[in-house]
Amino acid sequence: MSLALTPEEWGALTLSLRVSFWAVVWSLPLGILVAQALARWQFPGKQALNLVVHMPLILPPVVTGYLLLVAFGRRGWLGAWLEEWFGLVFAFRWTGAALASAVMAFPLMVRAIRLAIEAVDPRLEAAARTLGAAPAWVFLTVTLPLILPGILVGAVLAFARAMGEFGATITFVSNIPGQTQTLPTAIYALLQMPGGEARAMRLVLVAVVVAAAAIVLSEWLSRMVARRVGGS
Amino acid sequence: MTLSVALRHGFSGFTLDLAFDAPPGLTALFGRSGAGKSTVVNAVAGLLRPDAGRIALDGRVLTDTEARIHVPAHRRRIGYVFQDGRLFPHLTVRQNLLYGRFFAPRDAAGPALGPIAELLGIGALLHRRPATLSGGERSRVALGRAILSAPRALLMDEPFAALDEARKVEILPYLERLRDETGLPILYVSHSLAEVARLATTTVLLSNGRVVAAGPTAAILGDPGTASVLGAHEAGGVIAVRVAGDDADGLTRLETGAGPIWLPRIDAAPGRVLHLRILAQDVMLARDAPRAISALNVLPVTLAALRPEGAAVIVQLDLDGQKLLSRVTARSSRVLGLRPGLRLHAVIKTAAIAAEGDAAPPAQAPLAQDGARG
Repeated sequence: MSLALTPEEWGALTLSLRVSFWAVVWSLPLGILVAQALARWQFPGKQALNLVVHMPLILPPVVTGYLLLVAFGRRGWLGAWLEEWFGLVFAFRWTGAALASAVMAFPLMVRAIRLAIEAVDPRLEAAARTLGAAPAWVFLTVTLPLILPGILVGAVLAFARAMGEFGATITFVSNIPGQTQTLPTAIYALLQMPGGEARAMRLVLVAVVVAAAAIVLSEWLSRMVARRVGGS
Repeated sequence: MTLSVALRHGFSGFTLDLAFDAPPGLTALFGRSGAGKSTVVNAVAGLLRPDAGRIALDGRVLTDTEARIHVPAHRRRIGYVFQDGRLFPHLTVRQNLLYGRFFAPRDAAGPALGPIAELLGIGALLHRRPATLSGGERSRVALGRAILSAPRALLMDEPFAALDEARKVEILPYLERLRDETGLPILYVSHSLAEVARLATTTVLLSNGRVVAAGPTAAILGDPGTASVLGAHEAGGVIAVRVAGDDADGLTRLETGAGPIWLPRIDAAPGRVLHLRILAQDVMLARDAPRAISALNVLPVTLAALRPEGAAVIVQLDLDGQKLLSRVTARSSRVLGLRPGLRLHAVIKTAAIAAEGDAAPPAQAPLAQDGARG
């Protein structure tokens, strides 16, 4: 068995990396905002927001993928509007895979950031206010630097989750080689072919390496969080 | 600049309802834990919204529940030194100190980093992080950070409670200089009478959310009526004395208006005025000048007032215009025939006052805990 990947397999790996990267980058600001809201703000509908954020964790991925298709498909109510006004198409494009990955990884990202925010001593934020910092400045100069490691942990977890996304992705954007075929859907496709197991195994190894790297990185970042927020 | 406070705030099973003024200088809020001291300070800072009340600093309204005014904490410009320091762990000492300066108005007249760092003795720490500082250093940085934000008033909530006596001795002189050099109204929460006696120009006594007494510190502590609030072992007057000089046998001579007091050698320049706190239980009374007595400090006084406290009597003495307290038994009071206007000799046990002033403060006697809230 040759370890060199075919161009098609390379395509699946690089697409997966690209999809996961952009999924994390685009969802991070919203993730921080939602985490801050859930950790610190009091507002009506807070429980509903919490529920919606965690929904992808509980729902069968195929359901999430189908709901995305209904909303963001070319004839979906959001998808049609986005295409008409912004020329933005998600259905059966790699952008759709990124959207599906972002939605699926969102609960993990929010949870990690929320834990980091809750670990910040609110008395430090109160001290910043008495020194003249308006709420937005308190967030930027005190909260954000202290939760930075937590944000990195959330981003790494979300990236790893996005790399492994399968159900929602295949439902929403299908499994088109070179366009929407990510590492997991490529493995799935190979396993459907007679004699594809050997080739699938190479991609499985790649997936294992990427996942292990993410876990090691996330563990290391977690320790940084504890040290930094603990202030020692 | 005067800070006026009137507040009502309900907690479960406890209502705070009080009003007082804090003139320039240091105003001590004194009371047992649970008396409501921190609530008052948080309301002044804008960190707590009281049920009802009005807080104004030099005529500028900060909180007025009737007029629905609540200036947010970050626009009040009131410095707050917290009990636990609360330095930002991700910033250096220098960045911590300058944090408030960044948000202060450009034209705000405030002290510069250099002189304050020197005043507080933290100039060498500027590049360190808070985690590497000792408790005393952290307290001083927290104090400097509040001052450098160019505040119009300063709040201090037991800022040195976490420090041992040696560290406190190290930092109190800085606070005295700050009080005398900045002219800011300082609201200082404390449950240490020794600190109050030493630092406060004005004292507000709190008990169960009410003001029991308020006024100049010497008058409050020398008032026999406050003795029951302070507790039998803590009641005592404060008198000002002038350092006269050191004697050859190791004693320092201090002048009161009525005669000298000697203390074991203290480090204070001649001419300097010290405040001595003399516990009521350490003052004995004699109708005739005692002779052949080991106590060195015997001063002529006039009995100003008497107040029975159970089996004891709290006696207020006039020492050339200053007020001293003595605690005697009801029987002694009867035998001596104590009555206002009587001329007496107050025998002050040297050991009782030796620890005050600039020497090491005494170990804190626990406050009497009758009915104290937790």
